Amino acid sequence: MKRIAPWLFAATLAVVAPLSEGVTLRVANQGDVQSMDPHSLNESLQLSFTGSVYEPLIERDKNMGLTPALAVKWTQTSPTVWRFDLRPNVKFHDGTPFTADDVVFTFRRAAGEGSDMKGITNPIKEVRRVGDLAVEIETTAPYPILPDTVTRLAIMSKKWCEDNKAERPVDRRKGIENTASFKSNGTGPFRLKERQPSVRTVLIKNFNWWGKADGNVDEVVFTPIGNDATRVAALLSGEVDVMEPVPLQDIERVKAAGISVLQGPELRTIFLGMDQKRDELQFSSVKGKNPFKDVRVRRAFYQAIDEETIKSRVMRGAASPTGLMVGPAVRGFQPDMNKRPAYDPEAAKKLLAEAGYPNGFEVGMNCPNDRYVNDAAICQAVAANLARIGVKVNLMTETKVTYFPKILRRDTSFYLLGWTPSTVDSHDVLSSIMATPTDKGQGQFNLGAYSNPKLDELTLKVQSETDQKKRNDMIREAFRIHQEDVGHIPLHQQTLAWATAKNVQLVQLPSNDMYFKWITLKSSPK
Amino acid sequence: MLAFVFRRLVQAVLVMLTVAFIAFMLFQYVGDPVTNILGQDATPEQRRQLRSDLGLDSPFPVQFARFVGNAVRGEFGLSLRQGRKVSSLIAERLPATLELTLLAAVLALAIGIPMGVYSALKRGTFASQAMMTASLIGVSLPTFLIGILLILVFAVTLKWLPSFGRGEVEAFGPWTTGMTSVDGWRHLILPAITLAIFQLTLIMRLVRSEMLEVLRTDYIKFARARGLSDRAVYFRHALKNTLVPVVTITGLQIGGLIAFAIITETVFQWPGMGLLFIQAVQFADIPVMAAYLCLIALIFVIINLVVDLLYFAVDPRLRVERTALAH
Repeated sequence: MKRIAPWLFAATLAVVAPLSEGVTLRVANQGDVQSMDPHSLNESLQLSFTGSVYEPLIERDKNMGLTPALAVKWTQTSPTVWRFDLRPNVKFHDGTPFTADDVVFTFRRAAGEGSDMKGITNPIKEVRRVGDLAVEIETTAPYPILPDTVTRLAIMSKKWCEDNKAERPVDRRKGIENTASFKSNGTGPFRLKERQPSVRTVLIKNFNWWGKADGNVDEVVFTPIGNDATRVAALLSGEVDVMEPVPLQDIERVKAAGISVLQGPELRTIFLGMDQKRDELQFSSVKGKNPFKDVRVRRAFYQAIDEETIKSRVMRGAASPTGLMVGPAVRGFQPDMNKRPAYDPEAAKKLLAEAGYPNGFEVGMNCPNDRYVNDAAICQAVAANLARIGVKVNLMTETKVTYFPKILRRDTSFYLLGWTPSTVDSHDVLSSIMATPTDKGQGQFNLGAYSNPKLDELTLKVQSETDQKKRNDMIREAFRIHQEDVGHIPLHQQTLAWATAKNVQLVQLPSNDMYFKWITLKSSPK
Repeated sequence: MLAFVFRRLVQAVLVMLTVAFIAFMLFQYVGDPVTNILGQDATPEQRRQLRSDLGLDSPFPVQFARFVGNAVRGEFGLSLRQGRKVSSLIAERLPATLELTLLAAVLALAIGIPMGVYSALKRGTFASQAMMTASLIGVSLPTFLIGILLILVFAVTLKWLPSFGRGEVEAFGPWTTGMTSVDGWRHLILPAITLAIFQLTLIMRLVRSEMLEVLRTDYIKFARARGLSDRAVYFRHALKNTLVPVVTITGLQIGGLIAFAIITETVFQWPGMGLLFIQAVQFADIPVMAAYLCLIALIFVIINLVVDLLYFAVDPRLRVERTALAH
């Protein structure tokens, strides 16, 4: 024992010494980043985490505005062509200089098989190199929100991907793993140091980064902790500095223990949808006709839902009730239109009677129970509200794994869904949720097939209108039509809840992205 | 003897085939791999192409045969969620689970047997009554609750031990272990205790009742009559005979330990196979689920086989009967 003691002591010193010099941030999340490949999965945690290692051409600033990243300047040279001037003297983590070739390569990779980022590349016809540090992106149609969409696409090194046989994200067809899943080579403020899937992932500061960090973190240790109680315990016992999400029921307790809880509205809007296409609902007591085709029925449902009580009881205050299908951070949000019709069961009953259902009717409702915050409880509250106007809701709650395939097949009469416009622009919601479904991808998630030709027309115009003022007016008009038609019933934006130790300062974006470069740890209490 | 082993092996193969069939059905009925790989926006042509690339258009028996063939070689394809080989995912996680399970089994035996002996010998004393009551709690409290209580006391309130993860691990080739460092041991203690408690109380109660039984038998009375010391009577004669069923049960319970490990691993974020399985279920990662199912079945089958063979070796009556029948 005596003989190994000095050795042990020296080993401990060797392990502890480098850590004590730098500032280490320990982060816990309920899930793990599935892969280090920024193109393999279009999911917020994945993009948020890899967003500290890789960078896009344009990025979001602390107020969700656009700010130069790997592109210093971007201009629209014709309605369908954008020119991006790239930042000079940027190097990837392995020392390779960043050039236009990498951008061209990245867009091709993201458009190819195995990529989950095709939503970004679909409107793009071609990406051309026009110089060592300049590219042109041509879209198939005028596309004013291109700068917004490219913020989600991380630029990868052409040379590195080719050298490592990572030219495309995981090739499931041949069952071949991909180096880019466990290693990384970006241009961002942090480099990947260690990757143990579902155990820990360690990032260290990139001292050759072109930018200037607005924080003091030298090392990030990211740990997934799936169990809510364990995650809270890890924070309370001081084993992690930052964790998210905080379970709603624990927020007060965590605060009482001297932990800061940062809450803010998320981009995602939770809403209800109704089948307005079928001539007879699949799951209802009404036969031979579809009550949801009648706007009075839809409005009656809207007025019968007591969102304030859902907010205070089900969501424990952690929600912002909304009358629009987009939240305040989204471009095209209309503050003065963000009003819900008054909660009024009597008026709702009257509307139902006018529509020919004085005694209400029965309808089946589908709801996930593990996707959004308290989703199943929201649906139960809605069912209870509707019971008061005589509508009997047969609620079916299930796991997202079975829920989504079902509603995406449109096997539902009445459902709950949440939507985050990934471009942070209203067009995304207009085109995915409100427009009449077509086989070209319009209305892909308009599962009840709400349809109004005027809104469709506006959606198309919004897509290519470059004058912001005119564009905003069109969005406004489209939202007005949708509100009047009660195409969907918006409920609320859920609230993000991050918890941090008292000495941590950070920036919370409504997109739920956590950028480590913006985090400061004041002198550690350890 | 050979015939017995052979029969057992055939049974084992049948069980494995059945489990493999169930695992294979997962692929057929839970989710569609084509949609999983291509996403919502693929054209019918792309779908058809992928279907034939993956061999999903061959007849059912052919697909099943291919699945079994791959499974025998340990190949279950790529995890849908992580895009990594299922076999390497499992290989990464297996050491963590085995380490935890083994330590829990050792704890359960090392504490459970002495406690059982003590409470049998000192029947009626306060200490043994207290042990019996405590063991009732251990048997009836669910594992996740014990885990969370331990975290609350030792991690949050006392801050003595870490609440999650495996801590520092050292790799020896493909094997990783936390047992070589202080940090690794600190991380092991709470989950191992959580996992051990149920087995511990079970073993304690089993040893106690077996011991009481044995102590009433004639040969113990004779041993006493011969004037042997208490120590020799209790430990050399009584305990030895008590242990036969205990060993059998413990062996079988190792399978149970691995199954219970799912809960313990979830509570402590222990990066073992149970956690991998839970995450796979949450995202309908079918290749991982199928592999886990087959692996656990294999472990159970092997343990049962070994226990059967051990029984055959340990219990002479079994051999005598068989030889008698053979004549």
